[in-house]
Amino acid sequence: MSGGVDSSTVAAMLRAEGHNVIGLTMQLWNQRRLAGHEGMPESVQGRCCSLDDVYDARRVAQQIGIPYYVVNHEERFERDVVRPFVEEYLSGRTPIPCSLCNNHLKFDQLLIVAQQIGAGRVATGHYARVAYDDARGRWLLKRPADLSKDQTYFLFGLTQKQLSRTLFPLGDMTKPQVRELAHRHALAIAEKQDSQEICFVPGGDYKRFIDAYLAEQGESLPDTAGDLVTTSGEVIGEHAGIHNFTVGQRKGLGVSTGSPLYVIQISGANKQVVVGGGEHLYSRTLRAKRVNLISIADLSEPMRVAVKIRHRHEPAPATIERAGTDEILVRFDEPQRAITPGQAAVFYDGDMVVGGGWIS
Amino acid sequence: MHRVYLDNNATTPVLPEVFEAMRPYFSERFGNASSIHHHGQETRAAVEDARESVADLLGCSASEIVFTSGGTESDNLAIAGWVAAGDHVITSSIEHHAVLHACKHLEKIGCEVTILPVDGRGLIDPGDVRRALRPNTKLISVMMANNETGVLQPVGEIGKIAAEARILFHTDAVQAAAKVPIDVRQIGCDALSVSGHKIHAPQGVGALYVKKGTRIQPLFHGGRHERSRRAGTENVPGIVGLGKAAQMANAAFDRGDDKKMFAMRDRLEQGILAQVDEAGVNGAGATRVPNTTNIHFDHIEGESLVIALDLKGLAVSTGAACSSGAIEPSHVLIAMGLRPDQARASIRFSLGKQTTDADIDFALALVPETVARLRALSPKYNSQVKVVS
Repeated sequence: MSGGVDSSTVAAMLRAEGHNVIGLTMQLWNQRRLAGHEGMPESVQGRCCSLDDVYDARRVAQQIGIPYYVVNHEERFERDVVRPFVEEYLSGRTPIPCSLCNNHLKFDQLLIVAQQIGAGRVATGHYARVAYDDARGRWLLKRPADLSKDQTYFLFGLTQKQLSRTLFPLGDMTKPQVRELAHRHALAIAEKQDSQEICFVPGGDYKRFIDAYLAEQGESLPDTAGDLVTTSGEVIGEHAGIHNFTVGQRKGLGVSTGSPLYVIQISGANKQVVVGGGEHLYSRTLRAKRVNLISIADLSEPMRVAVKIRHRHEPAPATIERAGTDEILVRFDEPQRAITPGQAAVFYDGDMVVGGGWIS
Repeated sequence: MHRVYLDNNATTPVLPEVFEAMRPYFSERFGNASSIHHHGQETRAAVEDARESVADLLGCSASEIVFTSGGTESDNLAIAGWVAAGDHVITSSIEHHAVLHACKHLEKIGCEVTILPVDGRGLIDPGDVRRALRPNTKLISVMMANNETGVLQPVGEIGKIAAEARILFHTDAVQAAAKVPIDVRQIGCDALSVSGHKIHAPQGVGALYVKKGTRIQPLFHGGRHERSRRAGTENVPGIVGLGKAAQMANAAFDRGDDKKMFAMRDRLEQGILAQVDEAGVNGAGATRVPNTTNIHFDHIEGESLVIALDLKGLAVSTGAACSSGAIEPSHVLIAMGLRPDQARASIRFSLGKQTTDADIDFALALVPETVARLRALSPKYNSQVKVVS
C-alpha cells in the first residue's frame, strides 16, 4: 500500500469481497536522506515512502479495518535499484528503476514476507492482468482494460512462481472507475494525484540525484567527459559526462549546426556521445539480454510479436528469435526510433506478454 | 482472537486498582492543585500523597520528586537542566533516544559529548567512565536498565566515580523502576528518570528525582509549579495513577513478586531456546531485570516474525521503529557487537504484572513453530542449510 488511490482501492475491494487482507507498505527509501544536499530540494512532499504517504496508507487500513504494517526494505532497495540506477547512467545507459523494483523488491522480497506472515497472495494496484492458462500450463501476464494505464511493460520480469502468487484486481477497471470506487468506499485519498516520476528522484532531476547520492556515499562522480562526434566519426565538440545524455535527446548538446542534431548513441567505453540527424535514430534490430519468458517456456523458433521499447511506445510488429543463451534478437518490420540501451524490450502477442529483456 | 501481550517494555496496561484511584480526579475532584479553595486543597493532597509514594519507591524524600509528562521529559530536564555550552557530557551508546538524541542536541549548542561503548554482554565499563572524565565534564548520564535487553548497568560504581569527581550523575531508570528495587542514595545519582506507563500507570506522566540542593533549570517557563522545576498545571489524574502504581510496586517487592517474574521469564526463555536452534539471548552474560528477554533467531527477519506473531495474537517487538513505523536495526544490539543481520533477527519479549503462566504457554506454543515457518521460507536460511549439508 503506497498511500495512493490504486493500492488503497485494491485493499478496500478485497476487504469488501471478504478476503482476509493484511496491509503492507514497503519502506524503500528515506526521502529525507539527500534532501538539501548538492542542490536537492529541501522539502519532498507526496513522494513514495514519505511520512505523508505512509500516514495515508495507515489511515486507509484503519478505516477499512485491516491490520497494517510497514516493512523496511531500504537496504535491498539501495543495493538492487538505486545503485544500479546510478551505475547504468554512468555507463551511458538509460535505466528503468521501476522494473528493477518490481523484480527485486515488490514481487520478490514482499512475496517472501507475505508467505512468512501466512498470506497466500500479494495484491497490488498495478494495471495489468494475471491469469492461468490451462492449455499452456502457464501463468499469463496480460495488458489491462485501461491501456492508458498499462503497466505490463514494467512487469515483464515476473516469473511463473511470482505470477502464481500475484493478484492485480485493477486489471479490468479504468482509472476513473477506480477513483469512483475509492469514493464509494469513502477513502480520503480518492482524489489524490497519481505519482508520475521515479519515486526516489524528487522533481525528476536524475543528474542532481546522482551528484547528491555519490557525494553522500563519499564517492566522487567518475569523469565521464569526452568528445561529441558525428556518425562519420568527426569530433565536433566536447561534453561534460555521458550520464547527461539519453538516446534521442535533442536539447542541451552544446553544439549548433544548421540542421537539428540528436544523440544517436552513447559509448561508455570511450566516453563518446555520437550525434547526428534524426534519420540516424532509426534502427531495425535490437538485442535483448537477461530475458524472461512468460507465455512460452522457450523460444525455439522465430515468433511474430509486437515489441514495446519504452513505456510510452506503441508496440511495433517484429520477429523475435533466440540469439544465444539469455539473448533474443528482435527484427522490426519498420525501423524504430531511439532504441535505448538500458530500457526494456517487451514482447506482446495480442494483449499477452510473451516476455522481455534488457536492451543491450 | 485470543491475544497475549508481551511488550511491556513498550507500555503496560493501567492496573485496575490504578485506574480506580485515578477515576475521581477526572470529574468530581477536578480542582487545580494550585488553587487555595477546597477543590484545590483536595487535589493538592492527592498530588502530595502520590509524591510520597514515588519517593518511597526510589528511596528519596518527597521534595526531591518532580512530576513530568514522562520519561522523555524527565531525561531532557536532567540533561538540559544542567548542561550549558562548553560543558562535557558522558553517556553511553545504548541509551534510549530520549537521552542519546538529547545529547546529540547538546553537541549542536556547543557541548562536547563522549558516547561510551558496551561489551558483548551490553555492559558499560565504569573504568571507561573514569577515563572519559575531563576538566569540563559536567554530567554523566548512564541508564540503569536497558530497554531492549534488560541488562542492568553498574550505576552504583558510576555513582561513586561521579561523586569523587564532583560531577552530576543522571540515570534513566525508566526500565528499572518497579522491576528491581531502587535506592537513589545507594546509586549515588543526582537525578533519576521514571515513566508512569512502564509501571502500569497511564501514558503521559513521569517523574524525575532531583537530589536536594542541586539546582536545575526548567525546560518550560511559566508558573512556579513543582518548586519552579516544571511549570504547568499538574496532570493530577496521571500523577495519582503514578503514585498508586509506585505504591503497588513497593507492595509487590515485599511479596516477592519479582522472583515470580524472574521464574516466568526464565521459563519462556529456556523453553524457546530448547525448541529453537541457532538462537541465543542477547545480554545473557549480564544481570538483567526480571521481565525482559531479547533473543536472536538467526537467519530470519525479526520484522516478519513480529508481524507473523501479531497476526496470531502475540504482541512482541523488535528494534526501534522509525517515524514511518518501519523497523531499523537496534542501535543497542549493534553497539553490543551483533552483526546487523543478527540484530534484525532479534525479538524482545517483556512481561508485565498482568502476565500469566498461560500467556507464557501461549508464547511457547507459538514462537518455535513460527520461527520454523519463517526459516523454511527464508532464502538466507536455506542457502545456509545447503552449505552445511
